[in-house]
Amino acid sequence: MIKEMLTGNASAAWGVRLAEVDYVPAYPVTPQTEIIETLARWICDGLMDAKFITMDSEHSMITAAGAASATGARVFTASSSQGLLYGFEMLYTVAGWRVPLVMVNVSRGLSSPITLEPDHNDILAARDSGFLQVHCETCQEVLDSILMAYRLAEDEQVLLPVIVNLDGFYLSFTREPVEVPDLEEVRRFLPTYRPRHAFFKASQPMAQGVAVLGGLGYSYFKYQMHLACTRALEVYKDVSLEFEKTFGRKHGTYEGYMLDDAEYILVMTNSFSTLGKAAVKRARGKGVKAGLLRLRLLRPFPEMDIRNIMRGRKVVTVIDQNISIGKGGILHSEIASCLCNEEKKPLLLSFIGGLGGKNISPGEFEFMIDSMVRAVETGEVTTQKLLYTEMEWKEMERLKRIAGKG
Amino acid sequence: MERNGKTKKNSGERIKIMEAPIKSIKDLPLEENLLPGTPACAGCGGLLSLRHCLKTLGRNTVIVNAASCFTLLAIYPFTPFKNSWLYTAMACAPAGAQGIRDALDILIRKGRLDTEEDLKVVVLTGDGAAYDMGLSSTSGAIHRNLDFYYICYDNEAYGNTGFQWSGATPFASRTGTTPLGRLSKTGTALHKKDLFEIWRSQKPPYLATILPAHPVDLANKFKKAEQFKGPKLFITFSPCPPGWGMDPSFSIKLAKLAVNTGIWPLKEAVYGDVVHTVVPKKFEPVEDYLKEQGRFKHLFKPERQEETIKKIQDMVDNYWRIYLSAFTGNKM
Repeated sequence: MIKEMLTGNASAAWGVRLAEVDYVPAYPVTPQTEIIETLARWICDGLMDAKFITMDSEHSMITAAGAASATGARVFTASSSQGLLYGFEMLYTVAGWRVPLVMVNVSRGLSSPITLEPDHNDILAARDSGFLQVHCETCQEVLDSILMAYRLAEDEQVLLPVIVNLDGFYLSFTREPVEVPDLEEVRRFLPTYRPRHAFFKASQPMAQGVAVLGGLGYSYFKYQMHLACTRALEVYKDVSLEFEKTFGRKHGTYEGYMLDDAEYILVMTNSFSTLGKAAVKRARGKGVKAGLLRLRLLRPFPEMDIRNIMRGRKVVTVIDQNISIGKGGILHSEIASCLCNEEKKPLLLSFIGGLGGKNISPGEFEFMIDSMVRAVETGEVTTQKLLYTEMEWKEMERLKRIAGKG
Repeated sequence: MERNGKTKKNSGERIKIMEAPIKSIKDLPLEENLLPGTPACAGCGGLLSLRHCLKTLGRNTVIVNAASCFTLLAIYPFTPFKNSWLYTAMACAPAGAQGIRDALDILIRKGRLDTEEDLKVVVLTGDGAAYDMGLSSTSGAIHRNLDFYYICYDNEAYGNTGFQWSGATPFASRTGTTPLGRLSKTGTALHKKDLFEIWRSQKPPYLATILPAHPVDLANKFKKAEQFKGPKLFITFSPCPPGWGMDPSFSIKLAKLAVNTGIWPLKEAVYGDVVHTVVPKKFEPVEDYLKEQGRFKHLFKPERQEETIKKIQDMVDNYWRIYLSAFTGNKM
């Protein structure tokens, strides 16, 4: 099969095209816009049999997406950062409608200060909404994950929407060789959406999204969502296996890099994992048994997989490209919670880096790996660290002087 | 009134407009799509209007609701509607309508849904969503020429939260957030937004004001609207007994007073051209309308606020002077 050089955004658009979605309500926001422009062009050229519509906001966009999915159409939409937050109310709402739409989020740091480059506070803000979350490192993975996302979302044991996440700029605008699957093969993997649970038609009036009063109904429906989401872990394994059989590529709930005999494990997500893998390779060259765990499926959280991987390791370092102000790394907390009852648990270190797309340099990776080795030697676990190099500090001081604040 | 069968021109399209097929209450559709037993307040004017709207709209309708009193009409596992229903959120019911309309069209076109399964899509919101929070999504839907109905039941405040000021609250009304006190004896100093004119600026094919005391006028407006593809918008005057401070049995009388005093003009606009459909032969003083309601009680007791009452009367008089002289088509 011929590989094409595609950006992350173009790969997302290809995934949507191959999934033969019916409906794309959209709203532009950097760095996502290339996805919807590409889809608009294909639909306009008759290459995709779908309706494209630009809404008046992301709030309206997610509403239209959810309502169309509740009517029985296969729906795609995309957003980033401020847009995702503007539509935030509707993320929870449409998830509660149990509609299997797929959304792409192209990660970008959150205002204020307003910025363009990525971190994961936007996507992780949606963590508890009921959307499933798949986080991607490569362009191929973006395309493949969208196809898998529809299969997962539309499975009657799941029936929840999915967000596929990719980093703005670092992946959205980076070209990589991507294998674009054959449409007939995709059709076999992902047949037409024919819902039995939610639709609108004259012969069968249906009330959807109705209110409940009191905790009885509310708890019931929230528990249902949670159980369906955790059930999606099992469904995901089947979907992943079938995807591998059909297309020859495997995308698990996580990706391990040099994990087999690793004693020191970096935990990362998304495109910066590539930097982490290079650092692991360098550490191996120096005889340090390092490895990397890249989390892919964040909701549902593959807790058992993670506990199994971490068993018997010496130190785990979570590099969070996000910051929960006043607490620290969000994924650090999640990893800690699944290790806390283990008998032989590894030491756990926490670093925050890459906020707003700030680089994580080889020197910083070396520092983090050294910290792990030192932690074993001394038995001392350092407090959470905020990565910021001396050079970056000096540059910031220079800018402050220009601003008259030096 | 317009003559029957007048032809209207809009961007090259010629439509023969049918006028007033319903002559009296006896001609109103017998079918009921909103059944009794809802948790709405006794004497809710909005609910009465909605019942009449759904009689004319018929069963094959999906109601897209924004957060409002009527969100509590369908509480799991019950619904009072024979129609379909989707509760969205407060700001975005028109966007929900867009999603459903588009999905129905696509599924029918692709042969995944029979044409007879098609539904009318109807947005149902209170004035809080219509005048304030949902204005952006409403404007968007009108601009995109979405083929849908929009019913705003206007009780002139945030009613479901216990009657607080909204953009629809009229001048001098007392509400929970525009109380009377040592520094303010008038209620709100702001004037009601003119939602009809805001909508009209976008020239939708059809928009109208209605109220539950004139069901024939209401039904004829829905019949007329049926002929247009695009946004069909209705604002219904909705007496709110607990909020307005009046007896539930008085709702219909108050709605009649609202017409007869000129406070609530019954009108329609086809592609922006306004016609008043019910014009009182003799206008009653607005005082008769105001003094019946707790929310305006302070204008009369402990002392009469002559200037404020006159200001309201002047506003009403000005409205009718301008409109009756500007739109010469109004002949009773």
